[in-house]
Amino acid sequence: MPTTKTERLGIKISDDVVRVRQLTRMLSVEVGLGLVDQTKVVTAASELARNTLDYGGGGEVIAEIVEQGGRRGVRLTFEDKGPGIADIEQALKDGFTSGRGMGLGLGGAKRLCNEFSIVSAPGTGTKVTIARWK
Amino acid sequence: MAAQAGSDVASLVSNNEKTILPEWVELQKKAGILHTGRISEGELQAQSKNFLHLLHEALTQGGTDTTGAAFEPARGMLADLSRSRAQQGFSPSETATFIFSLKRPLFNALNRDNTLSAEQIASTVWTSTALLDELGLFTLEIFQKSREEVIVRQQREIAELSTPVVKLWEGILALPLIGTLDSQRTQVVMENLLQTIVDSEAEIAIIDITGVPTVDTLTAQHLLKTVAAARLMGADCLISGIRPQIAQTMVHLGVELNVISKASLADAFAVALRQTGRAVVKTKRIEGFALPEKKSGGQGA
Repeated sequence: MPTTKTERLGIKISDDVVRVRQLTRMLSVEVGLGLVDQTKVVTAASELARNTLDYGGGGEVIAEIVEQGGRRGVRLTFEDKGPGIADIEQALKDGFTSGRGMGLGLGGAKRLCNEFSIVSAPGTGTKVTIARWK
Repeated sequence: MAAQAGSDVASLVSNNEKTILPEWVELQKKAGILHTGRISEGELQAQSKNFLHLLHEALTQGGTDTTGAAFEPARGMLADLSRSRAQQGFSPSETATFIFSLKRPLFNALNRDNTLSAEQIASTVWTSTALLDELGLFTLEIFQKSREEVIVRQQREIAELSTPVVKLWEGILALPLIGTLDSQRTQVVMENLLQTIVDSEAEIAIIDITGVPTVDTLTAQHLLKTVAAARLMGADCLISGIRPQIAQTMVHLGVELNVISKASLADAFAVALRQTGRAVVKTKRIEGFALPEKKSGGQGA
Protein backbone atom coordinates (compact mmCIF):
# COMPACT_ATOMS: atom_id res chain seq x y z
CA MET A 1 0.00 0.00 0.00
CA PRO A 2 1.86 3.13 -1.12
CA THR A 3 2.06 5.95 1.37
CA THR A 4 2.07 9.45 -0.06
CA LYS A 5 2.45 11.45 3.13
CA THR A 6 3.56 10.67 6.67
CA GLU A 7 3.36 12.81 9.79
CA ARG A 8 4.42 11.94 13.33
CA LEU A 9 3.17 13.51 16.51
CA GLY A 10 4.00 12.79 20.14
CA ILE A 11 1.14 12.37 22.61
CA LYS A 12 2.42 13.50 25.99
CA ILE A 13 -0.07 16.04 27.38
CA SER A 14 -3.78 16.64 26.85
CA ASP A 15 -3.09 19.54 24.44
CA ASP A 16 -1.53 16.94 22.15
CA VAL A 17 -4.95 15.29 21.77
CA VAL A 18 -6.20 18.56 20.26
CA ARG A 19 -3.17 18.58 17.95
CA VAL A 20 -3.90 15.00 16.84
CA ARG A 21 -7.47 16.02 16.00
CA GLN A 22 -6.26 19.00 13.97
CA LEU A 23 -3.72 16.89 12.09
CA THR A 24 -6.34 14.22 11.35
CA ARG A 25 -8.79 16.81 10.09
CA MET A 26 -6.12 18.35 7.86
CA LEU A 27 -5.25 14.97 6.29
CA SER A 28 -8.93 14.04 5.88
CA VAL A 29 -9.57 17.26 3.99
CA GLU A 30 -6.52 16.60 1.83
CA VAL A 31 -7.78 13.12 0.95
CA GLY A 32 -11.17 14.59 0.12
CA LEU A 33 -13.33 12.90 2.75
CA GLY A 34 -16.86 14.28 3.17
CA LEU A 35 -17.84 16.23 6.25
CA VAL A 36 -19.44 13.23 7.97
CA ASP A 37 -16.44 10.96 7.32
CA GLN A 38 -14.08 13.72 8.45
CA THR A 39 -15.95 14.04 11.72
CA LYS A 40 -15.99 10.26 12.19
CA VAL A 41 -12.25 9.78 11.72
CA VAL A 42 -11.40 12.87 13.78
CA THR A 43 -13.57 11.61 16.63
CA ALA A 44 -12.01 8.14 16.44
CA ALA A 45 -8.55 9.76 16.49
CA SER A 46 -9.56 11.78 19.53
CA GLU A 47 -10.67 8.65 21.41
CA LEU A 48 -7.52 6.70 20.58
CA ALA A 49 -5.19 9.61 21.32
CA ARG A 50 -6.80 10.01 24.72
CA ASN A 51 -6.45 6.28 25.39
CA THR A 52 -2.77 6.50 24.45
CA LEU A 53 -2.36 9.37 26.90
CA ASP A 54 -4.53 8.17 29.81
CA TYR A 55 -4.00 4.41 29.74
CA GLY A 56 -0.76 4.03 27.76
CA GLY A 57 1.03 6.77 29.67
CA GLY A 58 1.76 8.69 26.45
CA GLY A 59 3.09 7.61 23.10
CA GLU A 60 2.92 8.75 19.53
CA VAL A 61 0.76 8.70 16.44
CA ILE A 62 1.84 8.11 12.86
CA ALA A 63 -0.64 9.69 10.47
CA GLU A 64 -0.46 8.74 6.80
CA ILE A 65 -2.25 9.31 3.54
CA VAL A 66 -2.39 5.93 1.78
CA GLU A 67 -3.40 4.81 -1.70
CA GLN A 68 -4.73 1.47 -2.81
CA GLY A 69 -6.27 0.60 -6.16
CA GLY A 70 -6.95 4.24 -6.98
CA ARG A 71 -8.58 4.91 -3.62
CA ARG A 72 -7.12 7.29 -1.11
CA GLY A 73 -7.51 7.16 2.62
CA VAL A 74 -6.20 8.23 6.00
CA ARG A 75 -4.41 5.74 8.21
CA LEU A 76 -3.47 6.42 11.81
CA THR A 77 -1.27 4.26 14.02
CA PHE A 78 -1.27 4.93 17.76
CA GLU A 79 1.54 3.37 19.70
CA ASP A 80 2.41 3.40 23.38
CA LYS A 81 4.75 1.51 25.69
CA GLY A 82 2.23 1.32 28.50
CA PRO A 83 0.93 -1.61 30.52
CA GLY A 84 -0.88 -3.17 27.52
CA ILE A 85 -4.30 -4.81 27.40
CA ALA A 86 -4.74 -8.35 28.74
CA ASP A 87 -8.23 -9.03 27.39
CA ILE A 88 -8.78 -7.17 24.11
CA GLU A 89 -12.26 -8.59 23.59
CA GLN A 90 -13.37 -7.24 26.94
CA ALA A 91 -11.74 -3.85 26.25
CA LEU A 92 -13.72 -3.53 23.02
CA LYS A 93 -17.00 -4.23 24.78
CA ASP A 94 -19.21 -1.16 25.23
CA GLY A 95 -19.34 0.07 28.77
CA PHE A 96 -16.14 -1.60 29.93
CA THR A 97 -13.45 0.69 31.29
CA SER A 98 -10.46 0.24 33.55
CA GLY A 99 -10.47 3.97 34.24
CA ARG A 100 -13.19 6.54 34.76
CA GLY A 101 -14.39 7.02 31.19
CA MET A 102 -17.62 5.86 29.60
CA GLY A 103 -16.08 2.68 28.17
CA LEU A 104 -17.17 3.52 24.64
CA GLY A 105 -13.99 4.94 23.12
CA LEU A 106 -12.22 1.85 21.79
CA GLY A 107 -15.34 0.11 20.45
CA GLY A 108 -16.64 3.44 19.16
CA ALA A 109 -13.42 4.12 17.28
CA LYS A 110 -13.75 0.68 15.67
CA ARG A 111 -17.29 1.45 14.50
CA LEU A 112 -16.26 4.87 13.16
CA CYS A 113 -13.60 3.50 10.80
CA ASN A 114 -13.33 1.15 7.82
CA GLU A 115 -10.32 -0.68 9.17
CA PHE A 116 -9.34 -1.35 12.73
CA SER A 117 -6.62 -3.50 14.22
CA ILE A 118 -5.17 -3.75 17.66
CA VAL A 119 -2.01 -5.44 18.89
CA SER A 120 -1.41 -5.52 22.61
CA ALA A 121 -0.06 -7.72 25.35
CA PRO A 122 0.56 -7.04 29.03
CA GLY A 123 3.89 -5.34 29.54
CA THR A 124 4.67 -4.62 25.90
CA GLY A 125 2.39 -1.68 25.14
CA THR A 126 -0.43 -1.21 22.67
CA LYS A 127 -0.61 -0.47 18.96
CA VAL A 128 -3.91 0.49 17.35
CA THR A 129 -4.23 1.12 13.62
CA ILE A 130 -7.31 2.64 11.99
CA ALA A 131 -8.06 3.67 8.42
CA ARG A 132 -10.87 5.49 6.70
CA TRP A 133 -11.20 5.32 2.92
CA LYS A 134 -12.81 7.79 0.60
CA MET B 1 41.86 35.22 42.99
CA ALA B 2 38.22 35.73 42.14
CA ALA B 3 38.13 38.94 44.13
CA GLN B 4 41.26 40.13 42.35
CA ALA B 5 39.75 39.39 38.95
CA GLY B 6 36.54 41.12 40.00
CA SER B 7 38.33 44.27 41.05
CA ASP B 8 40.34 44.20 37.81
CA VAL B 9 37.13 44.27 35.82
CA ALA B 10 35.67 46.84 38.19
CA SER B 11 38.55 49.22 37.71
CA LEU B 12 38.42 48.61 33.99
CA VAL B 13 34.77 49.68 33.99
CA SER B 14 35.26 52.68 36.26
CA ASN B 15 38.38 53.96 34.48
CA ASN B 16 36.78 53.77 31.07
CA GLU B 17 33.14 54.52 31.79
CA LYS B 18 33.25 57.61 29.56
CA THR B 19 34.41 55.66 26.52
CA ILE B 20 32.57 52.40 27.18
CA LEU B 21 29.11 53.90 27.49
CA PRO B 22 28.91 55.75 24.14
CA GLU B 23 30.59 52.85 22.36
CA TRP B 24 28.12 50.39 23.87
CA VAL B 25 25.07 52.49 23.05
CA GLU B 26 26.39 52.93 19.51
CA LEU B 27 26.75 49.15 19.10
CA GLN B 28 23.21 48.56 20.33
CA LYS B 29 21.94 51.16 17.87
CA LYS B 30 23.88 49.47 15.11
CA ALA B 31 22.21 46.17 16.01
CA GLY B 32 18.95 47.89 15.13
CA ILE B 33 17.42 48.16 18.59
CA LEU B 34 15.96 51.60 17.85
CA HIS B 35 14.53 50.64 14.45
CA THR B 36 11.76 48.71 16.14
CA GLY B 37 10.43 51.99 17.53
CA ARG B 38 9.60 50.34 20.81
CA ILE B 39 12.28 52.14 22.77
CA SER B 40 13.64 55.69 22.51
CA GLU B 41 17.30 56.66 22.40
CA GLY B 42 16.95 58.43 25.73
CA GLU B 43 15.62 55.30 27.38
CA LEU B 44 18.37 53.17 25.90
CA GLN B 45 20.98 55.66 27.11
CA ALA B 46 19.49 55.70 30.60
CA GLN B 47 19.22 51.91 30.81
CA SER B 48 22.79 51.41 29.62
CA LYS B 49 24.20 54.01 32.00
CA ASN B 50 22.23 52.64 34.91
CA PHE B 51 23.37 49.08 34.27
CA LEU B 52 27.01 50.05 33.87
CA HIS B 53 26.82 51.83 37.19
CA LEU B 54 25.19 48.87 38.95
CA LEU B 55 27.69 46.48 37.39
CA HIS B 56 30.57 48.54 38.64
CA GLU B 57 29.15 48.64 42.15
CA ALA B 58 28.51 44.91 42.20
CA LEU B 59 32.06 44.19 41.00
CA THR B 60 33.72 46.36 43.62
CA GLN B 61 31.62 44.87 46.39
CA GLY B 62 31.29 41.21 45.67
CA GLY B 63 33.68 40.01 42.99
CA THR B 64 32.37 38.01 40.07
CA ASP B 65 29.69 35.80 41.60
CA THR B 66 26.63 36.93 39.66
CA THR B 67 24.30 34.98 41.94
CA GLY B 68 25.62 36.69 45.09
CA ALA B 69 24.03 39.47 47.12
CA ALA B 70 26.24 42.17 45.63
CA PHE B 71 24.72 41.55 42.23
CA GLU B 72 21.17 41.79 43.56
CA PRO B 73 20.52 45.35 42.26
CA ALA B 74 22.08 44.60 38.86
CA ARG B 75 20.03 41.41 38.52
CA GLY B 76 16.87 43.24 39.55
CA MET B 77 17.46 45.88 36.92
CA LEU B 78 18.10 43.23 34.24
CA ALA B 79 14.96 41.35 35.27
CA ASP B 80 12.85 44.51 34.92
CA LEU B 81 14.46 45.22 31.57
CA SER B 82 13.80 41.75 30.13
CA ARG B 83 10.30 41.67 31.50
CA SER B 84 9.38 44.99 29.93
CA ARG B 85 11.08 44.02 26.66
CA ALA B 86 9.19 40.72 26.59
CA GLN B 87 5.94 42.63 26.97
CA GLN B 88 6.92 45.22 24.37
CA GLY B 89 7.42 42.40 21.88
CA PHE B 90 11.20 42.37 21.54
CA SER B 91 12.75 39.15 20.25
CA PRO B 92 14.95 37.09 22.59
CA SER B 93 18.11 37.99 20.67
CA GLU B 94 17.25 41.68 20.70
CA THR B 95 16.90 41.43 24.45
CA ALA B 96 20.11 39.48 24.99
CA THR B 97 22.04 41.88 22.74
CA PHE B 98 21.79 44.42 25.56
CA ILE B 99 24.30 42.41 27.59
CA PHE B 100 26.32 40.70 24.90
CA SER B 101 27.07 43.91 23.03
CA LEU B 102 28.89 45.21 26.12
CA LYS B 103 31.75 42.78 25.47
CA ARG B 104 33.33 44.66 22.62
CA PRO B 105 33.59 48.06 24.31
CA LEU B 106 35.02 46.34 27.39
CA PHE B 107 37.68 44.51 25.38
CA ASN B 108 38.48 47.65 23.42
CA ALA B 109 39.08 49.50 26.67
CA LEU B 110 41.28 46.63 27.80
CA ASN B 111 43.35 46.86 24.62
CA ARG B 112 43.87 50.57 25.04
CA ASP B 113 45.24 50.08 28.54
CA ASN B 114 48.98 49.51 27.99
CA THR B 115 49.90 49.28 31.66
CA LEU B 116 48.58 45.73 31.88
CA SER B 117 50.61 42.60 31.30
CA ALA B 118 49.50 40.04 28.74
CA GLU B 119 48.63 37.68 31.57
CA GLN B 120 46.43 40.28 33.25
CA ILE B 121 44.66 41.03 29.98
CA ALA B 122 43.98 37.36 29.36
CA SER B 123 42.57 36.77 32.81
CA THR B 124 40.40 39.93 32.68
CA VAL B 125 39.04 38.94 29.28
CA TRP B 126 38.14 35.52 30.61
CA THR B 127 36.50 36.93 33.76
CA SER B 128 34.43 39.50 31.97
CA THR B 129 33.36 37.06 29.25
CA ALA B 130 32.20 34.54 31.83
CA LEU B 131 30.48 37.30 33.79
CA LEU B 132 28.60 38.78 30.83
CA ASP B 133 27.62 35.32 29.56
CA GLU B 134 26.06 34.53 32.89
CA LEU B 135 24.19 37.83 32.97
CA GLY B 136 23.09 37.39 29.35
CA LEU B 137 21.68 33.95 30.10
CA PHE B 138 19.94 35.34 33.14
CA THR B 139 18.32 37.97 30.91
CA LEU B 140 17.10 35.30 28.53
CA GLU B 141 15.75 33.19 31.35
CA ILE B 142 13.69 36.06 32.70
CA PHE B 143 12.56 36.91 29.17
CA GLN B 144 11.36 33.35 28.64
CA LYS B 145 9.65 33.25 32.01
CA SER B 146 7.72 36.45 31.42
CA ARG B 147 6.59 35.20 27.99
CA GLU B 148 5.29 32.07 29.69
CA GLU B 149 3.50 34.19 32.27
CA VAL B 150 1.79 36.06 29.44
CA ILE B 151 0.67 32.76 27.87
CA VAL B 152 -0.68 31.41 31.15
CA ARG B 153 -2.60 34.64 31.76
CA GLN B 154 -4.06 34.54 28.27
CA GLN B 155 -5.08 30.90 28.69
CA ARG B 156 -6.91 31.81 31.85
CA GLU B 157 -8.59 34.74 30.13
CA ILE B 158 -9.67 32.56 27.21
CA ALA B 159 -11.08 29.94 29.58
CA GLU B 160 -13.19 32.56 31.30
CA LEU B 161 -14.15 34.59 28.25
CA SER B 162 -15.38 31.70 26.20
CA THR B 163 -17.93 30.42 28.69
CA PRO B 164 -20.56 33.10 29.23
CA VAL B 165 -23.99 32.18 30.52
CA VAL B 166 -26.67 34.21 28.75
CA LYS B 167 -30.14 34.91 30.02
CA LEU B 168 -32.63 34.44 27.17
CA TRP B 169 -35.83 34.99 29.10
CA GLU B 170 -37.15 34.93 32.62
CA GLY B 171 -36.05 31.50 33.91
CA ILE B 172 -34.32 30.44 30.69
CA LEU B 173 -30.53 30.42 30.35
CA ALA B 174 -28.31 29.64 27.39
CA LEU B 175 -24.73 28.39 27.56
CA PRO B 176 -23.06 28.68 24.14
CA LEU B 177 -19.99 26.45 24.20
CA ILE B 178 -17.09 27.13 21.85
CA GLY B 179 -13.95 25.10 21.23
CA THR B 180 -12.51 22.15 23.08
CA LEU B 181 -14.15 20.86 26.23
CA ASP B 182 -11.16 19.65 28.20
CA SER B 183 -11.44 19.03 31.91
CA GLN B 184 -10.24 22.44 33.06
CA ARG B 185 -12.69 24.38 30.91
CA THR B 186 -15.57 22.09 31.74
CA GLN B 187 -14.96 22.91 35.37
CA VAL B 188 -15.25 26.66 34.66
CA VAL B 189 -18.34 26.07 32.51
CA MET B 190 -20.05 24.01 35.16
CA GLU B 191 -19.32 26.47 37.94
CA ASN B 192 -20.57 29.40 35.84
CA LEU B 193 -23.75 27.62 34.87
CA LEU B 194 -24.63 26.38 38.35
CA GLN B 195 -23.97 29.76 39.92
CA THR B 196 -26.12 31.53 37.32
CA ILE B 197 -28.91 29.00 37.84
CA VAL B 198 -28.91 29.95 41.53
CA ASP B 199 -28.66 33.69 40.87
CA SER B 200 -31.41 33.88 38.27
CA GLU B 201 -33.64 31.09 39.62
CA ALA B 202 -33.61 29.51 36.19
CA GLU B 203 -35.83 26.55 35.35
CA ILE B 204 -34.28 25.66 32.03
CA ALA B 205 -30.71 25.85 30.75
CA ILE B 206 -29.93 25.38 27.05
CA ILE B 207 -26.43 24.10 26.32
CA ASP B 208 -25.54 25.01 22.75
CA ILE B 209 -22.68 23.02 21.20
CA THR B 210 -22.70 24.59 17.74
CA GLY B 211 -19.15 25.83 18.36
CA VAL B 212 -17.73 22.51 19.58
CA PRO B 213 -15.93 20.94 16.60
CA THR B 214 -15.59 17.39 17.95
CA VAL B 215 -17.81 15.56 20.40
CA ASP B 216 -15.98 12.48 21.61
CA THR B 217 -16.84 10.32 24.61
CA LEU B 218 -14.97 12.57 27.04
CA THR B 219 -16.85 15.66 25.81
CA ALA B 220 -20.13 13.72 26.04
CA GLN B 221 -19.27 12.61 29.55
CA HIS B 222 -18.56 16.20 30.59
CA LEU B 223 -21.83 17.36 29.05
CA LEU B 224 -23.77 14.65 30.88
CA LYS B 225 -22.13 15.53 34.18
CA THR B 226 -23.03 19.20 33.71
CA VAL B 227 -26.63 18.24 32.90
CA ALA B 228 -26.81 15.97 35.96
CA ALA B 229 -25.49 18.72 38.24
CA ALA B 230 -27.95 21.27 36.83
CA ARG B 231 -30.80 18.78 37.41
CA LEU B 232 -29.80 18.38 41.03
CA MET B 233 -30.19 22.13 41.36
CA GLY B 234 -33.68 21.93 39.95
CA ALA B 235 -33.03 23.13 36.41
CA ASP B 236 -33.80 21.12 33.29
CA CYS B 237 -31.24 21.07 30.50
CA LEU B 238 -31.69 21.06 26.75
CA ILE B 239 -28.86 20.51 24.30
CA SER B 240 -28.89 22.36 21.01
CA GLY B 241 -26.64 22.85 18.03
CA ILE B 242 -26.05 19.19 17.24
CA ARG B 243 -25.01 19.15 13.58
CA PRO B 244 -25.81 16.17 11.32
CA GLN B 245 -22.22 14.88 11.22
CA ILE B 246 -21.95 15.10 15.01
CA ALA B 247 -25.25 13.25 15.41
CA GLN B 248 -24.10 10.41 13.15
CA THR B 249 -20.76 10.18 14.90
CA MET B 250 -22.38 10.02 18.32
CA VAL B 251 -24.64 7.19 17.20
CA HIS B 252 -21.62 5.19 16.00
CA LEU B 253 -19.78 5.91 19.21
CA GLY B 254 -22.73 4.58 21.14
CA VAL B 255 -23.14 7.71 23.25
CA GLU B 256 -26.65 8.45 24.41
CA LEU B 257 -27.55 11.86 25.72
CA ASN B 258 -30.72 11.24 27.64
CA VAL B 259 -31.81 14.87 27.45
CA ILE B 260 -34.01 16.70 24.99
CA SER B 261 -31.81 17.87 22.14
CA LYS B 262 -32.52 20.10 19.18
CA ALA B 263 -30.67 21.00 16.01
CA SER B 264 -30.72 24.75 16.59
CA LEU B 265 -30.76 27.12 19.53
CA ALA B 266 -34.01 28.64 18.19
CA ASP B 267 -35.77 25.25 18.35
CA ALA B 268 -34.51 24.64 21.86
CA PHE B 269 -35.65 28.12 22.92
CA ALA B 270 -39.12 27.38 21.53
CA VAL B 271 -39.25 24.17 23.60
CA ALA B 272 -38.10 26.06 26.68
CA LEU B 273 -40.80 28.70 26.22
CA ARG B 274 -43.43 26.01 25.80
CA GLN B 275 -42.27 24.18 28.91
CA THR B 276 -42.48 27.35 30.97
CA GLY B 277 -46.00 28.05 29.68
CA ARG B 278 -45.15 30.80 27.23
CA ALA B 279 -45.64 31.24 23.53
CA VAL B 280 -44.33 33.58 20.88
CA VAL B 281 -47.27 35.04 18.97
CA LYS B 282 -47.05 36.84 15.67
CA THR B 283 -49.01 40.09 15.88
CA LYS B 284 -50.39 42.12 13.01
CA ARG B 285 -47.79 44.45 11.57
CA ILE B 286 -48.39 48.04 12.54
CA GLU B 287 -48.47 50.25 9.47
CA GLY B 288 -46.92 53.28 11.13
CA PHE B 289 -43.92 51.19 12.18
CA ALA B 290 -42.53 50.95 8.69
CA LEU B 291 -42.77 54.66 7.94
CA PRO B 292 -39.51 56.00 9.35
CA GLU B 293 -37.64 53.24 7.60
CA LYS B 294 -39.14 54.26 4.25
CA LYS B 295 -37.89 57.80 4.73
CA SER B 296 -34.33 56.80 5.54
CA GLY B 297 -34.36 54.11 2.89
CA GLY B 298 -35.21 56.65 0.19
CA GLN B 299 -31.64 56.73 -1.00
CA GLY B 300 -31.62 53.10 -1.97
CA ALA B 301 -34.97 53.22 -3.79
